[in-house]
Amino acid sequence: MEVERPYSASELDRIEGAEIQALMAASKEPYPDPVDWLEGEGRRNVILTTTESLVDWCKRYSTWPIPFGLACCAFEMVGAFASRFDLTRFGMDVFRFSPRQADLMLVAGTLTWKMAVPLRRIYDQMAEPKWVVAMGTCTISGGAFRGSYSVVPGLNLIVPVDVYIPGCPPRPEGLIHGITLLHAKVARDKLIKKE
Amino acid sequence: MTQLLSGRDVARQIGERFPDAVAASDENAVLLNSEALLEAAGFLKEDLGFDYLTSITAIDYPEYFELVYHLTSIKRNQGLVLKTRCDKGDAHVEVPSVVSLWQGADLQEREIYDLFGISFKGHPNLKRIFLWDGFQGHPLRKDFVLDVPGGGLKGSRKE
Amino acid sequence: MTLDTQPVMINIGPQHPSTHGVFRMRATLDGEVIVDLEPVFGYLHRGIEKLAEHKTYLQNMPFTDRLDYLASMSNNFAYALAVERLAGIKVPERAEYIRVIMAELMRIASHLMAVGFLLNDMGAFMTPVLYMWREREKILDLFEMVCGQRLTYNYIRFGGVSHDLPDEFIPAAQRFIDEMPHFIDEYDRLLAENEVLLARTRGVGVLSAEQAVNASTSGPVLRASGVGWDLRKANPYSIYDRFKFDIVTGTNGDVYDRYRVRIGEMQQSVRIVKQALGQIPQGEVRTKVSPKLCPPKGEAYAAIEAPKGELGFYLVSDGSPKPYRFKVRAPSLINLTVLRDLVVGWKVADLIVIFGSIDICMGEVDR
Repeated sequence: MEVERPYSASELDRIEGAEIQALMAASKEPYPDPVDWLEGEGRRNVILTTTESLVDWCKRYSTWPIPFGLACCAFEMVGAFASRFDLTRFGMDVFRFSPRQADLMLVAGTLTWKMAVPLRRIYDQMAEPKWVVAMGTCTISGGAFRGSYSVVPGLNLIVPVDVYIPGCPPRPEGLIHGITLLHAKVARDKLIKKE
Repeated sequence: MTQLLSGRDVARQIGERFPDAVAASDENAVLLNSEALLEAAGFLKEDLGFDYLTSITAIDYPEYFELVYHLTSIKRNQGLVLKTRCDKGDAHVEVPSVVSLWQGADLQEREIYDLFGISFKGHPNLKRIFLWDGFQGHPLRKDFVLDVPGGGLKGSRKE
Repeated sequence: MTLDTQPVMINIGPQHPSTHGVFRMRATLDGEVIVDLEPVFGYLHRGIEKLAEHKTYLQNMPFTDRLDYLASMSNNFAYALAVERLAGIKVPERAEYIRVIMAELMRIASHLMAVGFLLNDMGAFMTPVLYMWREREKILDLFEMVCGQRLTYNYIRFGGVSHDLPDEFIPAAQRFIDEMPHFIDEYDRLLAENEVLLARTRGVGVLSAEQAVNASTSGPVLRASGVGWDLRKANPYSIYDRFKFDIVTGTNGDVYDRYRVRIGEMQQSVRIVKQALGQIPQGEVRTKVSPKLCPPKGEAYAAIEAPKGELGFYLVSDGSPKPYRFKVRAPSLINLTVLRDLVVGWKVADLIVIFGSIDICMGEVDR
């Protein structure tokens, strides 16, 4: 039974293909890692008020992730959320699938050029401040699939990455270590400025 | 145990019904001419009871493309390997589609079209399935070259 | 008075909590009812088949882990069978038993996930998943004891398995298998008579037996439609002909039957593992095979009954250390052929449930 579709599949495919080709052309250089807090850019003489330190504490312990599980690493991420390794105790109980409600993008798994377009779109839809954690070697460099015609050789070609977690897949403890590093980074943003 | 039918026996049976269909046969497989593929496959499905298409594969040999169909008969617990070839020389490589016989061929034929560039005549929705619209080339062809780091053992790299 | 309406297209995925990975569907809706569905694949297409032609047979073993990453042992097993058939390698007895134990434990783990996430999609947010994850973690502990990895094992080799089981494995596995039936009954008790489950799954997404066979579905999807086709019985590979177990089939082919088939298969897997643990002999676990294996020119197809369906590897060798053609017969991709037919006429919420009941893994669909 043929149904009249309210859209043209070939038109949508053509538009998607054009977006992918455009993104491939624009992603030749990696984004620099956001490490300005290390360089001392924030070393200003600002006295940290109680409110600011409270806000820091809240920001650090309530980062809401958007789990961007793409492939195998996603199941170690789910394992980290499950009861044995329990990411909830780090304040990440709420995993929001809507980018408007999340501030941490946890990319777990191989990124292909076809998926890079939605990933960039979702990253752009997240509100500042936002962070990105690259989980697994596939997001760091393409991993086992480096050299393939359809795999992005590194997440930092598409979005700036804050924490890289190596492993194939990293154990849930590895993910937790990465998350604690991220929390330190989130809080240190203001901590450096205190001096 | 699934009984793998002898290619020669099946070739004889197909040959009785469709004289020009069989190009060659050996113990393991039957090689059909691609024009006769649909009719011969229909005969295999209706009369010999091969109701289940296990898989379709395409292989890029230096002179031709070969399509390999693994058929199974669930009723009789038998298996068969069917092959057909198509020339590479033409710009447009085409083979009849078996979707009208086995719906399971749908996505597999699209995959072969996407990765090899072999078109299937009669397929209702022949377009790329894994790669995006605008991707140049067909990756699984041997002339599509990849630069793979670390492939092969040291000293054994011929490419 | 009739309202003038227009069908609307909504895009589900690729980033979506319930698409079991990166899968996109363009659904045409008339109100809430789906009138057409166009699946879009390829968001995880990594080019494994092409990459495999550049690496030796042994180097391709880790690629097979990453196909159906929820059941890596089964993928390794199927690939090893294909290469052994191609190159004529024999496998020692103890290794055969170890492979069967690993494959069946993997089946239990995979079905636990499948059922857990099916219920997650139905709205029982995370409770069944976390209950089932508890057992899955125990199985992953057993695997970690054996090969050090929790998810992508790379344990099975051509000619056997990579190394022998440690001494504590068999007692730990025995303990696990002794408690497992109690847990499966616990889940069944909690879920099987639940009204919401019955209302949302009985009669939903019915797949008839002829269409299931014609569309090349395999695994629990095929068996739930009443077709008793299980490769472990129909075409036994390895040593499955030595074990007593039943094929679990359904009657109607709806979502409820697929759920019941998976629960039943877990129970049968427990039976197989129990028998295997009792019969496992001592001995070698690996036939010595060169890492730079050059099988003779030829081709081989070997298929196993993976948790998701019939997983097959078709290898063509030209005598060199690298495969000439490495083809994966992916059950998840082929099972999705029927998705559109199953879903048309149902609502969006049913789409999610039907899709969850087919149980796919995107690593396999897209390769």
